[in-house]
Amino acid sequence: MPSANVRGAQPSADRRLSTLVRHLLPSSARTATTTTTTSAADSLEAFPTMASPSSVFAGLAQAPEDPILGVTVAYNKDPSPMKVNLGVGAYRTEEGKPLVLNVVRRAEQMLINNPSRVKEYLPITGLADFNKLSAKLIFGAESPAIQENRVATVQCLSGTGSLRVGGEFLARHYHERTIYIPQPTWGNHPKVFTLAGLTVRSYRYYDPATRGLDFQGLLEDLSSAPSGAIVLLHACAHNPTGVDPTLDQWEQIRQLMRSKSLLPFFDSAYQGFASGSLDKDAQSVRMFVADGGELLMAQSYAKNMGLYGERVGALSIVCGSADVAVRVESQLKLVIRPMYSNPPIHGASIVATILKDSAMFDEWTLELKGMADRIISMRQQLFDALKTRETPGDWSHIIKQIGMFTFTGLNSDQVAFMRQEYHIYMTSDGRISMAGLSARTIPHLADAIHAAVTKLK
Amino acid sequence: MAMSRAAAATGAVTRRRLGATAARSMASWFGHVEPAAKDPILGVTEAFLADPSPDKVNVGVGAYRDDNGKPVVLDCVREAERRITGNMNMEYLPMGGSIKMIEESLKLAYGEDSQFIKDKRIAAVQALSGTGACRLFADFQKRFLPDSHIYIPTPTWANHHNIWRDAQVPQRTFTYYHPESRGLDFSGLMDDIKNAPDGSFFLLHACAHNPTGVDPSEEQWREISHQFKVKNHFPFFDMAYQGFASGDPERDAKAIRIFLEDGHQIGCAQSYAKNMGLYGQRAGCLSILCDDEMQAVAVKSQLQQIARPMYSNPPVHGALIVSTILGDPELKTLWLKEVKGMADRIIGMRKALKQNLEKLGSPMSWEHITNQIGMFCYSGMTPEQVDRLTNEFHIYMTRNGRISMAGVTTGNVAYLANAIHECHAVII
Repeated sequence: MPSANVRGAQPSADRRLSTLVRHLLPSSARTATTTTTTSAADSLEAFPTMASPSSVFAGLAQAPEDPILGVTVAYNKDPSPMKVNLGVGAYRTEEGKPLVLNVVRRAEQMLINNPSRVKEYLPITGLADFNKLSAKLIFGAESPAIQENRVATVQCLSGTGSLRVGGEFLARHYHERTIYIPQPTWGNHPKVFTLAGLTVRSYRYYDPATRGLDFQGLLEDLSSAPSGAIVLLHACAHNPTGVDPTLDQWEQIRQLMRSKSLLPFFDSAYQGFASGSLDKDAQSVRMFVADGGELLMAQSYAKNMGLYGERVGALSIVCGSADVAVRVESQLKLVIRPMYSNPPIHGASIVATILKDSAMFDEWTLELKGMADRIISMRQQLFDALKTRETPGDWSHIIKQIGMFTFTGLNSDQVAFMRQEYHIYMTSDGRISMAGLSARTIPHLADAIHAAVTKLK
Repeated sequence: MAMSRAAAATGAVTRRRLGATAARSMASWFGHVEPAAKDPILGVTEAFLADPSPDKVNVGVGAYRDDNGKPVVLDCVREAERRITGNMNMEYLPMGGSIKMIEESLKLAYGEDSQFIKDKRIAAVQALSGTGACRLFADFQKRFLPDSHIYIPTPTWANHHNIWRDAQVPQRTFTYYHPESRGLDFSGLMDDIKNAPDGSFFLLHACAHNPTGVDPSEEQWREISHQFKVKNHFPFFDMAYQGFASGDPERDAKAIRIFLEDGHQIGCAQSYAKNMGLYGQRAGCLSILCDDEMQAVAVKSQLQQIARPMYSNPPVHGALIVSTILGDPELKTLWLKEVKGMADRIIGMRKALKQNLEKLGSPMSWEHITNQIGMFCYSGMTPEQVDRLTNEFHIYMTRNGRISMAGVTTGNVAYLANAIHECHAVII
């Protein structure tokens, strides 16, 4: 039997042996548990080479499947030739293929061939060029915050990593530990901030009745937030709804937030990808920077440069003064070092190469616009297809919403129906990734929506 | 601390009320933030870079240099990158990382023919180099064994303390280094293992202990493993130098293999930063040996739940390099040759440094330079001696007297020996 010195393992080792014994005994003997297992267990000895005391993690349960990534898992298992994956938010071409931008390929090739490229660790804060260029990209090269050296920027692992590092920093150094996130939001947001040490609350955002913004609800909820609370804002192309405030609404939000000293934490995962214009998609952010106030900004290059798996992003903190920015940066390093020491070099090098070369930058903006335009076209085509079918309901939100996702308004029964009958995969909240559509698959999707809406309520 | 924060906040609120919506004065919510202390290791290289002296020597940070003092990209890495570039898309990896990279990493650590791999008993995820692997494990330990501590050797890589602290796992230390002999304090080590409560978690350096370069012998590892069995301790191995220590990856994994033979269900952090020169790519692996396949699936799923709110999924480029090299017999053979080359150069520099010091007529024993193994040599120098080395001789190392042998070359070894000799000569 396993060593008697084992604390806590004895009962579970016994349990395992009992289970084993029960399976080995003829079925008639299985009903008599106690006496049988005791005697049988005595005759079953742990071999010396067997994992003797059972694992300290023996009682651990399997975690549930990630709701978003689980969609692709299910899609991959489906043998139907008609299947369409509208789950995860990665861009697809008209042919349904992932896309590596031409300008990215060129930048990569340049890096590989460059004998003087960095071969070792980046600093904790990442690639300095990349950081400066990223701040310029989102805040604008002429931004007073940048001119005045008030921005602390650190390279992080895409949007997720930037949010986590920012959240950890706030949990340690900011006087308010509550963050308000929009209802709904990207599924990973609450987990990121909770693990960072913040308390998560929500503010009203999406109005199912209009499939648009619940602006009154948003203003009410932010008004009743405690002074100084942190507020998560999607800079553009809200995920999952695709519903963005207008510029006027943004201005009202800004005024309210500044009057209550609410701290803005922007998540920018789609700059350039939403409207096709980098500057237009940054307007909400720049509005807040322009009033001289402080904010946090999590930037991702996953979608707008197609760098998904390279994990490229940046966290910027716009501070009240240059002196504060220096100290803030030093504290950000203390968050990063025990997490992963320093960020991965490859993706950030690609981004820096592109952003610092004006010809490559221009080429990028063209390819980016191409992606955004294709998505906008998919929206129009889907809307038209539903109109043609006279599908009941108002589907104008498809063309009003912006960015990669459409919140269709379909309920989970309808979503399940579409998966079973039409092999269409989306998250159960009815969110579809427009990037997964093409002229070829739109009729199929329109048929499926039509069927779901008419057959199920 | 809380008081001053609250006071700062009140002051800031007052300032903010004066002109809440207009662009105006630079009040800050973060005005109270203190400047953080510089990282002791990375700060050394910063200071080195700033030094204009032509004689300067950097034996600070642990990154390999060739005999010209230049950083190296291995040929096998160059070739792997040539094959990858232009041919792969950059889609997200799964949360747990590259399956292929994980498979190859497990073969390296547990053995090509490991029964544990065949039985699918190892829960493993791709991690952000060694740091990321340790951090995932520390967070996992906190979540599932919230009452556990971690025993960390004295001394250890400074960041180990930061990692388990940020994971909120309480730390204790165990005896390791013996300053008088500049070797292992084996009896102290065994005492601490015996005196720790049953079922304690221990952090062990699999080979090439950082910063001392002092490793237990094979016999000593066997005794440690036996005592771990008696006490039912959990061994967590940090293996950052497999192949880099002796030149032979199988030999460098000996401690791990001994523990596996003895039936321990280990945890292991692997890094490719040094042995493949992939530093900035952040390529590594965390593995935990479980009771059975079902448990391994459960444990892996939980590790993924820790990774998802930290960075979602790990970076693809470094993983592709690792799996391309280890998955191709020719490239793997090339890698083995190159990693041996690096290890041999360092072993050669150890000999040369020792010989130079002995030639200078140093009265002290410098045996420890060649007894120790891996990238680092714990010279035994005091912080004051190190400061002198830096200020007078422009030689940069961490103040604990740790010398990165990778920074030693045939061109600077005599200079280095002379400087060390001078610093010791004065303090008698």
